[in-house]
Amino acid sequence: MSDGGSPPPVKARGLVKRYKEVLAVDHIDLNVRTGDVYGFLGPNGAGKTTTLRMALGLITPTEGTVELFGRNPMRQGARALEGVAGFVEAPRFYPYLTGRKNLELLAALDGDGASERIDEVLGVVELAPRAGHRVAGYSHGMRQRLGLASALLRRPRLLILDEPATGLDPAGMRDMRRLIRRLADDGITVLLSSHQLPEVQELCDRVAIVDSGRVVYEGALSDLRRQGGAGYRLRSTDDVRALELARLQTGIEHPLADGTGLGFQADEDAVAAFSLALGRAGIGILALTPELATLEDLFFRLTENGAGGSQPNGADAAQGVSDSDRLVATQ
Amino acid sequence: MSSVAASPPVGVSRSKRSRRPSTATVYRWELRKLVSQKRTYLGLALVIILPIFFVVFQNVHQRHDRGADNIFAAQITQSGLATPVLMLLFLSVFMLPLAAVLVAGDIVAAEDGNGTLKTILTRSVDRGRVFAAKALAAVTYAAIAVFLSAAVATVAGVASWGFQSVRTFSGTVVSAPEALLLVFASNAIYLIPLLTVAAIGLLLSTATRNSAAAVVGTIGLVILLFIIAQIPGLEGIKPYLLTEQFENWHGLLRTPTDWAPIAHSAWVCALYGVPALFAAYLIFLRRDVAGG
Ligand SMILES: Nc1ncnc2c1ncn2[C@@H]1O[C@H](COP(=O)(O)OP(=O)(O)O)[C@@H](O)[C@H]1O
Ligand SMILES: [Mg+2]
Repeated sequence: MSDGGSPPPVKARGLVKRYKEVLAVDHIDLNVRTGDVYGFLGPNGAGKTTTLRMALGLITPTEGTVELFGRNPMRQGARALEGVAGFVEAPRFYPYLTGRKNLELLAALDGDGASERIDEVLGVVELAPRAGHRVAGYSHGMRQRLGLASALLRRPRLLILDEPATGLDPAGMRDMRRLIRRLADDGITVLLSSHQLPEVQELCDRVAIVDSGRVVYEGALSDLRRQGGAGYRLRSTDDVRALELARLQTGIEHPLADGTGLGFQADEDAVAAFSLALGRAGIGILALTPELATLEDLFFRLTENGAGGSQPNGADAAQGVSDSDRLVATQ
Repeated sequence: MSSVAASPPVGVSRSKRSRRPSTATVYRWELRKLVSQKRTYLGLALVIILPIFFVVFQNVHQRHDRGADNIFAAQITQSGLATPVLMLLFLSVFMLPLAAVLVAGDIVAAEDGNGTLKTILTRSVDRGRVFAAKALAAVTYAAIAVFLSAAVATVAGVASWGFQSVRTFSGTVVSAPEALLLVFASNAIYLIPLLTVAAIGLLLSTATRNSAAAVVGTIGLVILLFIIAQIPGLEGIKPYLLTEQFENWHGLLRTPTDWAPIAHSAWVCALYGVPALFAAYLIFLRRDVAGG
């Protein structure tokens, strides 16, 4: 979508947040454009929440700036949040007040006719039947929905959501994603943090991938796929020699043998050249198949190597998938 | 949320100038929050029950403290209007400060604890207004505690011993209506040191982010000042201790009225209260809201 020259919904430059020894956010740049459903993807502890807190003006950056529609929340306070709504971590409410009273309170703090929208937003998140109950008795999913309702009271142009589906059951997750999709379709720009790759794949068109407080990739998801190149699997009459050959062949990247065959990445021209080379070497091709869904591999390659060392990628990817505590790549 | 598509669309905001809420709006909601919380009633119950208990006890025992060292204690059964004065004398030292601090010490820290600070600070009101509203709510509560306690003591006293004239500290007899006015004025003057205590509670509430620490800390400070006042050789600093100002209203109950302790307490309290309030304000404006 074109920005038409107006300032972008989110523009962060060189954001740093240090908590004593912990460098929670380490020079992060973000560019959320109008109309984006922007995924802020990274494992637990990557610095997503800390970054979003700075964006919402809740904490002061150690260095750097973040602007929302060209306004700085540190300098302009609540004025910078005009047209912006959202929450970091689990939304919190007054447990001794009912859901509706909580919304009435927040609408009063919003002004701008927000209180007239209470019934509407309760309807959107389907919380109307329970609105008269105290929040103390709400489940996690209901609080999450009330959080979204409270954000919608502000009629946001930019919605900032910090892992909104985390902790929900599968049906709740699906509903939450559907709702976010619908809000995006209504024209709201969404900045969504997540440690769940499928969620980001399903909802987002652009992403920033963060690890250990740094952005290791920012751009379109489709570019990320292209950048990684297609993956292929080869089964041959002699995998050992095929691997040796692959290592010498230009254009064949990250070859890795794993008992059942050989995996590598290459563009189509390189694959064609490789197959001819195999033939010349007298190695028969049993199967040569393109492998899709390389985004996970890419993701792990970026988050494992981008910030840390530079080990071979295949092993890291395998390790990463099993390490579900750090990041959820599959459901 | 499964039938989301059926619900009305949530439009995108128009770029019209929005009016932002006033401090008064935030203040009204701070009061509503107080009204909805059980702990609010704890302090009020304390300062209401004690006068009632006192009057009931006096009635049961039918004591006629003619030999009492306090002039108001001595005439307790002669005029119902001696009761609120005696109760203020008693409650002003510890119970009313405790009641005031129960709310002032909690009003910021509690929202830190349950994470609602981040909820209200991401709406359309600046931090300064949220702080002002909270400070005003704490002040309101302290004032309500004082006047409610005085009203209960007055009603209970008058119901038991009648609406009679009283003798003040200077031995002068004042008529019942005048005494009633003096009772009201004494409580109003007592608010000066009490609100100072509330300001300190608010500072600790903002700085420590912990209700219990703020309440215990403020009460601890009051006790410490009482102890310091007892230390021989430190008489020189006694007039400048905050706790000494709890007696500032005694000057009203003399003829002629002794304004000196009232004026003195006003600036001594300002010396404690204004920096505390200002520090709390600055901390609240700049602090990281990293919890919740
Ligand atoms: N208030 C805080 N004090 C100290 N360290 C913090 C604080 N908040 C976050 N951190 C640390 O900063 C890092 C990033 O945390 P966070 O932004 O919550 O990550 P994410 O949201 O991506 O899971 C973590 O190492 C976390 O322990
Ligand atoms: Mg987080």
